[in-house]
Amino acid sequence: MIAFLIKRLFHALLVMFVISIIAFAIQDNLGDPIQQMVGQSVPESEREALREELGLNDSYLTQYLRFAGNAARFDFGYSYIFNQPTTEVIARHLPATLELVAASTFLIIALSIPIGVYSAIKPRAWLTRFFMSVSIVGISIPVFLTAIVLIQLFAIGVSWAPFPADTGWGAWLNDVVSTEGGMPAYGRGDPVPVFGTWETNFASLDGLTYLVLPAISLASIMLPLFIRLIRAEMLEVLQSEYVKFARAKGISMRRVYFLHALKNTMLPVITVGGVQIGTLVAYTILTERVFQWPGMGLMFLDAIQRSDIPLIVTYLMIVGLIFVITNTLVDLIYGLVNPTVKLTGKPA
Amino acid sequence: MALLEVNQLDVRFALRKGDVHALRDINFTLERGERLGIVGESGAGKSVAAFSLLNLIAQPGFIAGGEINFEGKTLNTMSERGLRKVRGNRISMIFQDPMMTLNPVLSIGAQMVESLKAHRRISTRRARAIALEKLRQVQIPSPETRLDQYPHELSGGMRQRIIIAVALLLDPDIIIADEPTTALDVTIQAEIMSLLLNLCEEHNVGLILITHDLGVVSQVTQRMLVMYAGRVIEQGPTREIINDPQHPYTQGLINALPQMATPGEKLNQIRGSMPSLSNLPGGCAFHPRCDFIKRADGRTRPACVEQVPGFVSSGNCRVACHMVAEMQEDRRLKEEESS
Repeated sequence: MIAFLIKRLFHALLVMFVISIIAFAIQDNLGDPIQQMVGQSVPESEREALREELGLNDSYLTQYLRFAGNAARFDFGYSYIFNQPTTEVIARHLPATLELVAASTFLIIALSIPIGVYSAIKPRAWLTRFFMSVSIVGISIPVFLTAIVLIQLFAIGVSWAPFPADTGWGAWLNDVVSTEGGMPAYGRGDPVPVFGTWETNFASLDGLTYLVLPAISLASIMLPLFIRLIRAEMLEVLQSEYVKFARAKGISMRRVYFLHALKNTMLPVITVGGVQIGTLVAYTILTERVFQWPGMGLMFLDAIQRSDIPLIVTYLMIVGLIFVITNTLVDLIYGLVNPTVKLTGKPA
Repeated sequence: MALLEVNQLDVRFALRKGDVHALRDINFTLERGERLGIVGESGAGKSVAAFSLLNLIAQPGFIAGGEINFEGKTLNTMSERGLRKVRGNRISMIFQDPMMTLNPVLSIGAQMVESLKAHRRISTRRARAIALEKLRQVQIPSPETRLDQYPHELSGGMRQRIIIAVALLLDPDIIIADEPTTALDVTIQAEIMSLLLNLCEEHNVGLILITHDLGVVSQVTQRMLVMYAGRVIEQGPTREIINDPQHPYTQGLINALPQMATPGEKLNQIRGSMPSLSNLPGGCAFHPRCDFIKRADGRTRPACVEQVPGFVSSGNCRVACHMVAEMQEDRRLKEEESS
């Protein structure tokens, strides 16, 4: 276990090293920082002096080492737009994004497993065909479109009257196709402070309603993907000899499906899932933009628009770190579920 | 009444282009403690026959007709719930490939205990004790440590021992063993087979042994069925069939054994290969490969090509072959003439 962690830590450092080089390259090449800091009226000689003072004339190696040394101490400089250390800015925006991702992940896990398993057990059922068609549509529609449609339907509301409203059935059908709206779709509402800069939406019912639409939008791409993945894996596992043997032992089908088959189904799903949670953090950029969710994604778009290079670099490094951490956690979980993987690295 | 009685069993697979007949007109019985062998080439329907007994045929297969009677109950019309009480409890199975049969993510103990708990109201502690006892019976080295191990930690031979232990857990009346030694190392095959044989004798368990190893059948079983293209073509006491096979196919099988060949010569073989079940030749399904369809005068026996042969008795055996029927007829006529 400890050997595994040390090995993973080494991998993580390697990945972070590569990310830091990319981040550094961006910092050095994305526009001229002096141009960003001073106005048009500053003469060239003063600019050169500032350049010298900031160390921008040093060799790349010296500049990178300085950057890496600071990064190791979580010092990425000051954000231009917020005029604060970038790490503080990130710390303020991180909780909103993490909570959004957590809510989406919960939705994905809670829905994809039962739906995926059901459609594998009953491949010809009417409901399975329905799920499969909807999931294709879900994969194909981009997140921002899903978000806009959700806002129209459940935040603004639509009142349609395609049926004659003067008849009883017509009025009822009109009611069915119309939606009331009223769901919050702008910002986080009033999150409850937990500690430090962490404010949570999970602590109050009001906070949770603010999460609903953004979380559904964010989940809309991954959920169908996972349903199809779980179904495909499960279909394969159900053909296996050990499932037949389990049936021949006379144990209940519930146990065959949900213990024997599901546990094997989940192995590849966990691996893919770990990578996808990281991707989910990246998808938040779109979702947060549409819902004005005050998280890292929205902050990142602002940072790009206003060339806030230190903030962009910090964002890249932090997201890279999140990827590395989730992947390590997933590997740990995988090792716990799959007995053929020995975390210690000792031969079995 | 026999313990297990199979009458006119008919199994089909519903495919898009129509039903394919996988098994036709299968009849046999098994007495308590009796051992029956089912032999035939791959694709003859041996495994389908085994799986259909417990109604475990994979989709889109289904039992289209006939009866499977076990202790007076008809298994093929029984509810899934009722069948579950028979599966693993009264009739258990051993599969071909021990590397694939055990669930890789569950411990040996868990896989044994769940089987016991599905059929008996007992505590986990008691179930583990029974499991341990069965592991001792299959002579696995250090049985105590096995319960907490996972399948990948054990060799193929050990896994097959564990599968035999699982099959014996609830002291069943019948064990169906579907090629239990095919996937094993040759040196282990004999060990596992004699273990299975001894345990069946010791506990008076009936055995249905599916194999294409005629040597094993002759050593282990008392009666046997020879299958070809979904039908039984010869059945009866094992010793009689092995010593004096009537059906040309059975003769060919026995003749194809390596020990039947002359040293230095090529091994004997049956020419051609078994037809696909969806495209069976008319008449006797074996006729395109049969060396006996020509009569002494050089003409083809029309019946072989036109008519599906019925069963004729020969000694204690039943054979489905026109040639055998004709020869018997000839012999009878000769006897009548001479008397």
